[in-house]
Amino acid sequence: MKRKLSIIITILMIGMLGVIVSGLTFGDPVDHPMDRYFIENSQEESGANNVVTAVLFDYRGFDTLGEAAVLFTAALGASLIFRKRRDD
Amino acid sequence: MQMSSIVKTTADVLFPFILIYGLYIILHGHLTPGGGFQGGAILASGVLLLLLAYRYSESTNIVRQVMMKTLESTGLLLFIIAALSAMVLGAGFFFNWLSPLGSIFGDSVAYGSTVANLNTGGLIPIMNIAVGIEVVGAISVILLALLSGIQEKI
Repeated sequence: MKRKLSIIITILMIGMLGVIVSGLTFGDPVDHPMDRYFIENSQEESGANNVVTAVLFDYRGFDTLGEAAVLFTAALGASLIFRKRRDD
Repeated sequence: MQMSSIVKTTADVLFPFILIYGLYIILHGHLTPGGGFQGGAILASGVLLLLLAYRYSESTNIVRQVMMKTLESTGLLLFIIAALSAMVLGAGFFFNWLSPLGSIFGDSVAYGSTVANLNTGGLIPIMNIAVGIEVVGAISVILLALLSGIQEKI
């Protein structure tokens, strides 16, 4: 009984996901004025040919700084947990 | 357990090529798809290849944990110093002051879709290199820490 119910719920969930996804427009994004701005002005404002890098290191530099700090903290925590113990 | 000599030779042959590919991805971050994070991850995958092919005690003679920790700290410090260096000149944090100067990484960009010039970008390539150094150090430290717990039969 429980097994049948779980199977029915799973099928319902997959069907709902299919209905939701079929309504999305992949590969056809809405033309947003901010996208236009980045594509047209990022070369002369940041000096980089790659728009993605210009956004990553110039417009959203604080985001990259936070990512680097998160990675630093992760390495710090991993080396702290797996450190060599003296009593081994 | 000892890996076979096929695995060791393959790792030895592939390691320099992975190194060159990762450095290319980092250095061309402002021209082509890629950048510091991606190139650093590729370099760290080369380090992982060495760590898996050889025994832990053997490979830590080449890949030292202190060296990787130093790389990690150096990368983050270089990134923050590069960001702070704009404030010395009176501009804002992260301002790209190096871009139109004509010195290192300072050529002006040819606008539109033209042939890319490596010597452009100003502070962006320097930050890419800093992030690449930091990522290869951090991922190698995590891998070394995780692999150090495995008991190996000799």
